[in-house]
Amino acid sequence: MKETINFKLNGKSTRLTVDGERMLLWVLRTDLDLTGTKFGCGISACGACTVLVDNEAVRSCQFPMKYVNGKEVITIEGLAKNGDLHPLQKAFREHDALQCGFCTPGMILTAYSLLLKNPNPSRDEIIDGMNDNLCRCGAHNRIIQAIETTSKK
Amino acid sequence: MIEDKYIGEEFIDIISSQPFNRREFMKKTGGAIIVLFTLGDISALEGMEPQRRGRPEDINAYFRIEATGRITCLVGKVELGQGAITALAQMAADELDVSMESIDMVMGDTDICPWDSGTWGSQTIRFTGPVLREAAAKTRAVLIEIAAEQLKVPIERLTAKNGVIFEESNSDNRITYSQLAKGKIIERRVKGKVDLKNVSEFNIMGKPFLRVDSHEKVTGKAKYAGDIRLPGMLYAKILRPPSHDAKLKSVDVSGVKNLEGVTLVQEDDLIAVLHNNPDNAEAALSKIKTQYDSPEAQFDDKTIHEHLLNSAESRRVVDEKGDIKNGEKLADISTEETYFDNYFAHATIETHTALANIEGDKATVWVSTQGPFVIKDQIAEAIGFPSEKVRVITPFVGGGFGGKSPGRQALEAAKLAKITGKPVQVAWTRAEEFFYDTYRPAAVIKIKSGTTKSGDITFFDYNVYYAGTRGAELFYEIPNYALVSLGGRSAHPFATGAWRAPGNSTNTFARECQIDIMASKAGIDPVEFRLKHIKDKRVRNALEAAADKFGWSPKKTPSGRGWGVAMGTDVGSYVAHIAEVEVDKNTGRVQVKRIVCAQEMGIVINPQGATIQIEGCINMGLGYALTEEMRYRGGEIFNTNFDTYEITRFSMTPKIETVIVDNKETSPQGGGEPAIICMGGVIANAVYDAIGARVFQLPITPERIKEAMKRG
Repeated sequence: MKETINFKLNGKSTRLTVDGERMLLWVLRTDLDLTGTKFGCGISACGACTVLVDNEAVRSCQFPMKYVNGKEVITIEGLAKNGDLHPLQKAFREHDALQCGFCTPGMILTAYSLLLKNPNPSRDEIIDGMNDNLCRCGAHNRIIQAIETTSKK
Repeated sequence: MIEDKYIGEEFIDIISSQPFNRREFMKKTGGAIIVLFTLGDISALEGMEPQRRGRPEDINAYFRIEATGRITCLVGKVELGQGAITALAQMAADELDVSMESIDMVMGDTDICPWDSGTWGSQTIRFTGPVLREAAAKTRAVLIEIAAEQLKVPIERLTAKNGVIFEESNSDNRITYSQLAKGKIIERRVKGKVDLKNVSEFNIMGKPFLRVDSHEKVTGKAKYAGDIRLPGMLYAKILRPPSHDAKLKSVDVSGVKNLEGVTLVQEDDLIAVLHNNPDNAEAALSKIKTQYDSPEAQFDDKTIHEHLLNSAESRRVVDEKGDIKNGEKLADISTEETYFDNYFAHATIETHTALANIEGDKATVWVSTQGPFVIKDQIAEAIGFPSEKVRVITPFVGGGFGGKSPGRQALEAAKLAKITGKPVQVAWTRAEEFFYDTYRPAAVIKIKSGTTKSGDITFFDYNVYYAGTRGAELFYEIPNYALVSLGGRSAHPFATGAWRAPGNSTNTFARECQIDIMASKAGIDPVEFRLKHIKDKRVRNALEAAADKFGWSPKKTPSGRGWGVAMGTDVGSYVAHIAEVEVDKNTGRVQVKRIVCAQEMGIVINPQGATIQIEGCINMGLGYALTEEMRYRGGEIFNTNFDTYEITRFSMTPKIETVIVDNKETSPQGGGEPAIICMGGVIANAVYDAIGARVFQLPITPERIKEAMKRG
């Protein structure tokens, strides 16, 4: 059923009339043309579709639009401020913490939410927090380093 | 086009049938210099059979020098994450004598990039590298030629540095590349020969560079095939069988006929629903009712190896030396073992995706592919277009590893675009990705070998079923040796194909386990035992570098330390890995603590990129060594997602240390694949060293470890 959904998207008030059962991932990618959020598995198993809803990392492939109402959504496109990359984005670049880049938006946003809750995570806490985000190219060690570098700042 | 006085007799007119899109090239205003080549212009292409097959004798541009100071470098390779975009730019910038920052790479666009065989086999640096470098050096020579005319100075007195051409004796008499291009469009053919830079003259090559595409990738701006949007485009979901051998008996599409916004396509075997939202298309697909007939499965993931051994109908001796019978007589200790490898999925995080748009008689298809020029011809055939009326554009590709060589999704998108008259995207679900993957093939290897009491290998009789012999080339000194490949017509229940270093991980696993067993039986440390049988300097250097970095101290196995070694060769490079593992004897769980890898790959273009490829190989390879396992019965695939197919996670990754062994004598060799080949062997050997039990089948799961401990 179509309903009107009001939410904040990357800092901007947004109003959409969509079927509330549709998943946030497809609305972002198709209706809003925000393609930085990726489809990887569709069952919350890989983390490529991770976005922030009220600063919490969620899997947008299984997050219905009706729950977005009144919330604040941040996607990878909304992380840099006035053209300045977020420290995590910078650290990912400086550590070459990516290869094909397909899992990268989800990795960065999961790490963002992790650091918000725990600004100085231990290595084990980083591994624990990132463990359900999959990377096939094998950038794991560099991703951990990038998160460690950011947390120290 | 603006006429240019410098063009003179070297100007060649470009006719529209040629492979690059003239309009695309010329629409840039403000002037540009385009340097054109035909096959015969580039000597690095001579004698390069794999690259040459089918190579059109067309005119290509590798570079466009713009009045803005930007230089576009056009290459038919694609960027899959392997970092070619950075290393190719390094080669181009260095030979052109410009900064890295001034290069814009355009890759994998069949209308404007030079023809290419495909991005696989770790060929980019090895084979495309010399071609691109020569093109860059020749382009530099052309620019100097044009500058000589403008500055009215003989060519011999000019030199180029950092995008500026100047008179050696009077550096005030100068002109920049961009000034040369200003206000006109110059097209030039190259002539004559140029020298490429020696290693000692490298300014940009050989230095570590971070990825040049990272800004786009960390901001979400990087476009992949699934991110391209066209007005009026439809998202297609296609009906799939439950099993590879299933036959459609009946189909009832009445459930989708009246759905709002849904287009139904039923043409031959192709049944698809399309909608302007992918999720609605998917929901519609589930409303199609089907009945299939499936033959009874003859085997499954438990019985596959027996099936393969029974199916092998051909036997080919690939290499032999001495006399196995003689070697057997000389052996005091003999070892006869059988090794088993399973099917593995490529499991790239990006699934196969394509967007096709047909306008008039021209099709444009954006594809996540490793072989844009191959796919282009296949699309043309699928929709009945002449090849030159199909353009394949390859945006960033979200991982390949061999799995994106086939491009079934692109043919599907093109057919659906032709049928519906609208742009159509086909993006596979994870289940489709697992189902249509071209797996690394299951295989069996039987080895019989022997040593003297003092640990000299007297014979090595190697028989590989269904994996081929890549990586099985002998680099150990063994007097009596046979390498036999068995198999024949495919006995696999589904498609198999190239999986990062095809066949090599299988062969290296078996050989390196067998070597370790022989070392252990002879009571010799496994590093020492290997060195005892290696003469080749490049191989020795790799092993010694790894042992040195690891801090190896000799001990016979099993030592209880959980240390293992394995080595191998792939795409012209040599690798040696040493692992340290912990094995929980109660659960059978393996935790890899540390991996050291030394790689000897000749001259290195980007040490940073090469290091990252090694690390990526190690992390990816942990999956096939420990956790990844396809489950199936006949042609029915049970792994449909990442919840049942366990690839490497953060918690599995060890501390990784890499060494790139210095070698400035050998031309650049492959770097994308070698470091994955040892992962099965090095972990199997380390597990044996830890607990004294050996697993002969990949992956080395807790169940197999517990079984091995029971066997003792």
